[in-house]
Amino acid sequence: MIDPSLAALSDNLFTVSVVLYSLAVVAFCAELAFGNRPARSRELVAAGAGAPPAEQPGAGLVDGEPAESPRARRLGAVAMVLTVLGVVSHAAVLVTRGMAADRLPWGNMYEFATAVVLVAVVAYTVLALRAPVLRHIGAFVLGPVVLSMVLIGLFLYASAGPLVAALRSWWLGVHVTTAILGFGIFFVSGIASVLYLLRSRYEQKAAEGQAPSSSLLARLPSAAALDRTAHRTAVFGFPIWTFAVIAGAIWAESAWGRFWGWDPKETWAFIAWVVYAAYLHARTTAGWRGRPSAWVNVVGLTVMVFNLLYVNMVSTGLHSYAGVS
Amino acid sequence: MRTALVLLFLLAVAAIPGSLLPQRSLSQSNVSQYFRDHPTLAPVLDRLFLFGVFSSPWFAAIYLLLFISLIGCVLPRAAEHARNLLSPPPAAPRHLQRLPESTELAAGLPPAATLDVVEEELRVRRFRVVRREGRTGAELSAEKGYLRETGNLLFHLSLLALLLGLAGGKLWGYEGSILVTEGGGFCNSLQQYDTYSAGPLVSQRDLTPLCVDLTDFQAEYEENATAASFTADIGYGLAGAATRNTTIGVNHPLRVDGDRVYVTGHGFSPTFSVTLPDGTAFTDVSAPFLPTDTATMASEGALKLPDLGAGATDQLALQGFFAPTGLLQGSVLVSTDPRPLNPQVAIFVYRGYLGLDSGLPQSVYSLDQTQIDRDRLTKVATANLSVGESTTLDDGTVVTFSGYKEFAALQLSHDPGQGWVLAAAISLLAGLLGMLLVRRERVFARVGPGPDGGGTVLSIGSLTRGSADTGPRFTALTDQVRTALADRADRTSEPDVAAPSARGGAPEKEIPSS
Ligand code: HEM
Repeated sequence: MIDPSLAALSDNLFTVSVVLYSLAVVAFCAELAFGNRPARSRELVAAGAGAPPAEQPGAGLVDGEPAESPRARRLGAVAMVLTVLGVVSHAAVLVTRGMAADRLPWGNMYEFATAVVLVAVVAYTVLALRAPVLRHIGAFVLGPVVLSMVLIGLFLYASAGPLVAALRSWWLGVHVTTAILGFGIFFVSGIASVLYLLRSRYEQKAAEGQAPSSSLLARLPSAAALDRTAHRTAVFGFPIWTFAVIAGAIWAESAWGRFWGWDPKETWAFIAWVVYAAYLHARTTAGWRGRPSAWVNVVGLTVMVFNLLYVNMVSTGLHSYAGVS
Repeated sequence: MRTALVLLFLLAVAAIPGSLLPQRSLSQSNVSQYFRDHPTLAPVLDRLFLFGVFSSPWFAAIYLLLFISLIGCVLPRAAEHARNLLSPPPAAPRHLQRLPESTELAAGLPPAATLDVVEEELRVRRFRVVRREGRTGAELSAEKGYLRETGNLLFHLSLLALLLGLAGGKLWGYEGSILVTEGGGFCNSLQQYDTYSAGPLVSQRDLTPLCVDLTDFQAEYEENATAASFTADIGYGLAGAATRNTTIGVNHPLRVDGDRVYVTGHGFSPTFSVTLPDGTAFTDVSAPFLPTDTATMASEGALKLPDLGAGATDQLALQGFFAPTGLLQGSVLVSTDPRPLNPQVAIFVYRGYLGLDSGLPQSVYSLDQTQIDRDRLTKVATANLSVGESTTLDDGTVVTFSGYKEFAALQLSHDPGQGWVLAAAISLLAGLLGMLLVRRERVFARVGPGPDGGGTVLSIGSLTRGSADTGPRFTALTDQVRTALADRADRTSEPDVAAPSARGGAPEKEIPSS
């Protein structure tokens, strides 16, 4: 039933993806190190883009691209190519695993987490291709990605196998796929908010004239652009997450005998949902805009990760399909 | 809104202890274990309802307050939205330059014609447009994206409906669980269940008289012992009516008129035959043994035989361990596979008084330890048996391990709120999409005389809700307006054209151009 050569191929591709992503991180770091300072070109660009709203310094950065040294641009292109190759190999990890076991490749925690990280990298790639300035957060996205992949490989690995009876349902495709999508998108959103928190403090200092312009932070996109990215991705992810929770409840009704029973995984999915709803609200609430709302988004990602790790591995509940022993 | 959010947040925070501490609703035995591990702390936590968070008064209080505050803010908003839908877009603010996006354009047209052009551009973009005479000149207000607010209201109203459905389900719903061995059955009555929970408004009379019989249970496994499927062949029907047959299993419950029957677990009931010295035989008596390890289906249980002999002190009981695939490690029996490939039991045989009529409830899966401690129940034999093997007691009674049957853990659930909750969840999602995907845009424009007395100055501003990326859209709009103004100015400046045409159906107003 399990095809061992395909399963082995999948495992090898996992290693290949980690290597490609690591090389991409190196290239992104080199780009940051050799890049010139977008902070300097900011005024120029903003002036060209019509009247910039006063509360969005540097908003022009997303639309107009800051001047870049050719060397940095070349390094950036190399990094993007490595990332895309990594995505291809990463997707192949899941495809071969699915073929090896003849089922959807997200039936245990190893496969789930691998798919979440894939969605995160794809989300980043799409963002970076649409708004080239966002490419500069590459090192900060792929760094955590490599770390996650290594931890997944070391601690969550489970060999390819058949699904347990409870998971043999059409709803695996609906519920788990959307949960993966939502999680992967929130992953990128959370990173954007962390970078926003760093960058906005840097901009504050820069405004007071006491920030080192050699700082790595000088090369990040503007705080406003980061905040906007975080918000947009969260807006995209929230309905998907809502759908995933609803689909989970519908599945639970036929698998476990009730649609909601405050099982630990359900409870934390609800908590995450509330935190993200609060984030979306905070963004439009006076007094919560900016840094406080970004913190709420970071808490949201923490809750998601906690739900994945703690609830699967420490507590016991009906969602114990992790396959990690 | 702030209050509702704070309450929602509180609900989430209140749920945290419910996921970190063992809960009675999920596992009574984990709670008991916690009491043993933390003898001083547990009673304190218990007084705070922390082992039953989701049915605690304070959880209900937050829930109720959230409900009330949602009503308090959604209803007035709905009324206001209805008024908005019927009334024209609001008047332009005094200072257009203070809007998030604004610009000024010089136009070579008279003021009314200039606004005509703007109006046309906005109508093409499906804005609702009105023109008014303002204090400093003609002005225009336009709005689109009413669906955003509609979605918002739908979302929040659905949240209300969802809370109502949940509460209804809790009040009028119930569920009962029972272990049924092949050949056995049950009817839907709270007294019959091994365990049940029922909402406060459920009365015995409301229970559908549904009866279910288990004819056959099959567990299938992959070669590597992963469970592949559990199916139960059942007959069911209302009491007194004809029985129908069907097969239910994991992910495939039986659904009849608001009641659902699930297979939630399974296990083995070893069967024994007991032959007394006088020749009386009791064949194939059995009791369900509960699995202690679902990977190997190693199970434990007890078979109580109170009615064997003449007196209350001649009762017999078997307590022990069942292994579907047994393996002796030394003298200890273990199970190595969940499939019944080589069933074996390790049993202790007790004789004496079981204490079943002592008035104290006792578990059907184990013997009453107090009777053993008081020496009223004594161990008379120990044996490891394969199917067909027997052990003979000191008085000549023969106990034979004759085989096994399978049992299914069945659960009957009734939740009148769940269809309601599903509908609410779907409309909640629809409202959410409307609220997040639709932009509500307002555009205002005003015309005034040019600074040097020649031409017209057009001020435009916009206010968008629901998208941070307003700059490019506003620029696109004003570029279009600028081009259209230039086009129109070229045509009107031709000497033969007497009056500006009123394309776009804008009302003409006489505004003297200075
Ligand atoms: C009780 C009264 C509430 C009121 C009056 C209210 C009002 C609003 C308003 C005005 C918006 C739109 C913000 C905008 O136009 O950009 C909004 C958005 C939203 N509300 Fe509420 N809200 C309430 C409670 C809640 C609750 C309890 C939740 C629970 C999850 C919730 C979830 C959301 C979400 C997710 C959004 C989307 C935010 C966005 O526009 O990006 N609201 N709400």
